[in-house]
Amino acid sequence: MGQTLVEKIIARAASKPTVRPGEIVTCKVDLAMILDSGGPRKVWPRMKELGVGVWDREKLIVVTDHFVPAVDAETAQILKISRDFVREFDIKHFYDMKGIGHIILAENGHLQPGMFTCGGDSHSTMGGAYGCYMSGFGGIEMTGVCITGEIWTRVPETIRVDWSGKFNQAVVAKDIMLHLCRALGMDNAFKAIEFGGETVRNMSMSERGVLCNMAAELGGEAGVIEPDDITLAAIRAAGKEPAPDALKWRSDDDAVYAAKHAFDASTLQPQVAAPHAPSNSGPVDDYKGKKIDQAYIGACVGAKLSDLHMAAEVLRGRKVANHVRLLVAPATQKVYADAAADGTLGILTDAGATMLASGCGACAALGAGVLSDGEVCISTTNRNFQGRMGSNKASVYLGSPYTVAAAAAAGTIADPREFLP
Amino acid sequence: MSIVSGKAWRFGDEINSDLLAPGLYLKSANEIMAQHCLESVDPTFAKSVQPGDVIVAGHNFGVGSAREQAALSLQLLKVGAVLAESFARIFYRNALNFGVPCLFFPQYNEISAGDKLEVDPVAGTIKNLTTGKGYTVDPIPAHLMEMITDGGLMPHLKKKLGKGRAA
Repeated sequence: MGQTLVEKIIARAASKPTVRPGEIVTCKVDLAMILDSGGPRKVWPRMKELGVGVWDREKLIVVTDHFVPAVDAETAQILKISRDFVREFDIKHFYDMKGIGHIILAENGHLQPGMFTCGGDSHSTMGGAYGCYMSGFGGIEMTGVCITGEIWTRVPETIRVDWSGKFNQAVVAKDIMLHLCRALGMDNAFKAIEFGGETVRNMSMSERGVLCNMAAELGGEAGVIEPDDITLAAIRAAGKEPAPDALKWRSDDDAVYAAKHAFDASTLQPQVAAPHAPSNSGPVDDYKGKKIDQAYIGACVGAKLSDLHMAAEVLRGRKVANHVRLLVAPATQKVYADAAADGTLGILTDAGATMLASGCGACAALGAGVLSDGEVCISTTNRNFQGRMGSNKASVYLGSPYTVAAAAAAGTIADPREFLP
Repeated sequence: MSIVSGKAWRFGDEINSDLLAPGLYLKSANEIMAQHCLESVDPTFAKSVQPGDVIVAGHNFGVGSAREQAALSLQLLKVGAVLAESFARIFYRNALNFGVPCLFFPQYNEISAGDKLEVDPVAGTIKNLTTGKGYTVDPIPAHLMEMITDGGLMPHLKKKLGKGRAA
């Protein structure tokens, strides 16, 4: 009986020839990432209490992205703890205010097919776009990882999700995920999601990242995509050499899945998720005309260079509606610089966008751009739970960068296809 | 781990991490965060919950963020156990690591707010003293039992590392 990609990676990390879903194994971690929010501020006091240090200064990556830049004494202290931690343990890879961790890992070539990796944030699943296993954990469990370099897992069953067909205009990976949140539900806990099919094969790494990122919204342990030449090219573009056996990391033809789903991308319309859950989604036409106060282009899932390009396509030569504020927080400083160099930034600011620092910020009500009572926001982010972006009396709609940019220009939720040539 | 005894607090489906630990207070001390736990759905909860009280909810409890405060707040409020139709994975793991027992409970709808419950997380038994009904559910997974009976990950690690006192 064959194995899925996820089973193969877990077996390798657990030093076993094979594993089966349901089995509980302890895995050696190839790479771990902790962030300012649930990282050093949570982990370090516990390490002190136990009198132990970091298991591997080269394999533990530290990123500050949640509370950057500091806005008050509390956030300044959280960031200072991260910097002191890095000095204390001589952490090799520290990205201080360089951008959102999930994108930083990709930009700097830290991910390779077949790796078993952990992150201190639920959207760590994004790493699976590189054909590795990456799962999110809370600060308490990352404490154990930081000390021992190990974590237990119950081998998840894998759900295979195939997409075929070509996208319509202004339909992208984000629309796939908003649709899947409704179609598959958000409670696929203790399962992994493997994405495939012709539509996924034709996607850039940036778009594949959206699928794996929002595997977290499906409730998955991990989201994975089998590596191919596009994966290897992205690793090389980040200045690293793929492992010689990188392409062997794929599911067997006779692998056993918990379920297999097939979808047709050519029938998918731009999607919007209404308050207060990503699964509360439907075609954009169902929400057309809803007046908005804020449009937000940000977060790991929705502010990569390709996302800013989508927004610029819509906003070129247009202005943001008078009553709307458009906030743009490029996912990383590299994205910011690249968008400045290729003219994208100019299009957005000409339209009236307010640029914010790279980081998690408004997405999780941590930094600039939070919402007040009664306000309505449409956002490229991945979650719209009640209170997610600030007031618990605010409403957050989710959409692709195309859809969010179109709403910013119209002042109401609008069909992005009407804003494209 | 001792038997949990307390009053039931009833919540619905998909009680998410932003409801359990609102982002606006993520930067704050844990004790401050805990006072805002679930305030968007029940403003009286954090003020009125008593040690040993039991949360009873529908499916996908804890869905969303990895923020450990979602589970830690329940520990600080001395919630005795969470019984839900199903749990989101990161919350489930966080909660067990903090020594907050989580049990999958398909018959959650048979419990009313205020019912007096007795829960044995090790045996996997639930008694509703108000209605007189008893239930058997899957106990805490065996591989986690030692950690849970130690009181969570930290006491467990202390014991393993032979430092400090075991809980």
